[in-house]
Amino acid sequence: MTLTIENLSKQFVKNGEELVEALVDISVDVRDGEFICILGPSGCGKTTLLRIIAGLDHPTSGTVRIDGTVIDRPNRKLGMIFQDYSLYPWRTVNENIAFGLEIQGVVEEERAGIVQKYLALTGLSEFGTSYPYELSGGMRQRIAVVRALAVDPKVLLMDEPFGALDAQTRNKLQYDLLDIWGKTKKTILFVTHSVDEAVFLADRILVLTPRPGRICDVIPVDHPHPRDRTSVEFAKVRRYVLDMINQPKCSLS
Amino acid sequence: MGFMKRGGGHEGLLHPHTFLKVILPLGIIIGWEIIAILLNNEFILPRLESVFAVLFSPTADILGYGNLITNAFTSLERVILGFLIAAGLAIPLGISMARSDSTHDFFDSTLQLLRPIPPLAWVPLALAWFKIGLASMVFIIALGAFFPILLNTLDGVKSVKRNWIESAEILGATHRQVLLKVVLPGAAPTIWTGLRVGFGIAWMCVVAAEMMPGTNSGLGYLIMSSYNWGQVQVIIAGMIVIGLIGIGFDYLFKVIDRRSFSWRVLER
Repeated sequence: MTLTIENLSKQFVKNGEELVEALVDISVDVRDGEFICILGPSGCGKTTLLRIIAGLDHPTSGTVRIDGTVIDRPNRKLGMIFQDYSLYPWRTVNENIAFGLEIQGVVEEERAGIVQKYLALTGLSEFGTSYPYELSGGMRQRIAVVRALAVDPKVLLMDEPFGALDAQTRNKLQYDLLDIWGKTKKTILFVTHSVDEAVFLADRILVLTPRPGRICDVIPVDHPHPRDRTSVEFAKVRRYVLDMINQPKCSLS
Repeated sequence: MGFMKRGGGHEGLLHPHTFLKVILPLGIIIGWEIIAILLNNEFILPRLESVFAVLFSPTADILGYGNLITNAFTSLERVILGFLIAAGLAIPLGISMARSDSTHDFFDSTLQLLRPIPPLAWVPLALAWFKIGLASMVFIIALGAFFPILLNTLDGVKSVKRNWIESAEILGATHRQVLLKVVLPGAAPTIWTGLRVGFGIAWMCVVAAEMMPGTNSGLGYLIMSSYNWGQVQVIIAGMIVIGLIGIGFDYLFKVIDRRSFSWRVLER
C-alpha cells in the first residue's frame, strides 16, 4: 500500500464571496502500516484534510493517491471513523458491523462469520443483538471501528474518534486501538487536538498550523508500544511537541 | 397521550389516575341521560338506551340504508384507497424534494399555495371533474392525507444525519443503496408519524365526502340520511362508530411505532 498526498490545497467560498484558505500545500508520504497522528488546533482544517483523503471532499489543487490511483470519491481501500458515533440506530450491533459487507454484496453465511470475528475483537461478543442506544459511548465507538474494519480497508481514517469520551474510556480505547492496529497491520491516519493522545499513539506526528492549515513540523516518535504515559521519555517527547506547537512557525498561520 | 400508561401495572378503577380519566365521560353520559329524560324529545336528544340499541345490533338494517358494519366497511375501503394513493404520491415526492434542492424549488411554491385550502373546499371541483361517486370521494380523501405525509417525509429525510450517509458512501454504497439502506430506514419513524396523521385526516374526510350529494353508502351517508328521517339515535350511534374506528386505527399506528421505531426516542 502506498498513500501519497501531494501539494494539497483547499479553499472554499464563504458567504458567496469571501475566499477562505483551509489547507495550504500539504505533502505527506504515508508508509504502509504506519500510525500517523495529525495534530492541530480546532479549525485548522485537519478534518477537511481527512475528508479529502477519504474522497468525501475535493481539493482545490494537489492530489491524493492510493496505490497510484487518484482519489476523487470514496475508495474501498480507505475506511473512516467519525467522531460522533455514526452507527445506524435501527440496526443491531451485528447488523451494523455487517453493513459494509452487505453493501459490497458478501453473502449472508459469509457475513455472519466475519461479523463474529470482528465483534470478538472488540470484546463485546455478548452485545451482538443489542442496539446502539443500549451501549455506552466507548462501546459504540469500538463497534464503529470494527464496522470500518470488517470490509478490510488498507487505511483507516479516524476523525477525533475518542474526542467525545471521558478520559478513562479514552485511554482504554487508545490501548484497544493499538492492539487492533498490531493485529490487523492497517495504516492509520488519526486526527486529534490532544498532544498526549498523539504522543501515545503515533509513529509520526504531523503538526498543523492554525487556519489555514499547513504542515509546520513532522515529529517521529520511535518509542516502542505500549508507551508509558508516566515515563520520563514520554514526558520528554510530550514537552518537545508542546514546545513545537508554541513556536511561531507552528502557532502563527 | 391517552394510551401511554404512566407508571404501568394494573390500575384499578379506584386508582386516582384512572378515576380522573373516567370522571368526565361518566359525567357527560349521566348528564346526557338526565337531559334526555327531561327534554323527552327523541328528535333532539334521544335517550342512551335507544343509541345503545342501534350500537348493539350492528347487523340490523337501518331505514333500508344497510347496517352499521357494512357501511363502516364501505367507508374504510374508500379511506384506505385514498390514503394509499396519497402515500404513494407523497412519500416519493417528499424524498426527492428533500434530496434535491432543484426538485424542492420546482414544487415548493405550488404546494405552499395548495396546502392551506381545506380538502372540503375541493368538493365542488371534485364533483365537476369526477362526477358523483367513488372517484370524487377518493380525490378528497387523498388530498386530505397528502400534505401531512409529504411534510413529515420531507422532515424525516432531512433529519437523516450526514454521518450516516457518508459512512455508507465510504463503505462503497451506491445512490440506490444509500436511499434504501440509510435514508429510508433513517426517515421511517417520521414518515410513519406522517402516515398516522394523514390517516386521521383521511378518516375525517371520508365522512365529509360521503355527505356529498349522490352518495348512497358509508357512515357519512348513513348519518346524513338519518337526519332526514329524524333518527337522531342513529346519527349519534354512527358518530360513536366513526370515533371508535378513528381511535382504533390511531392506536394501531402507535403500537407499530413503538414496536418498530423505538430507536428514535431511545437514541440520545
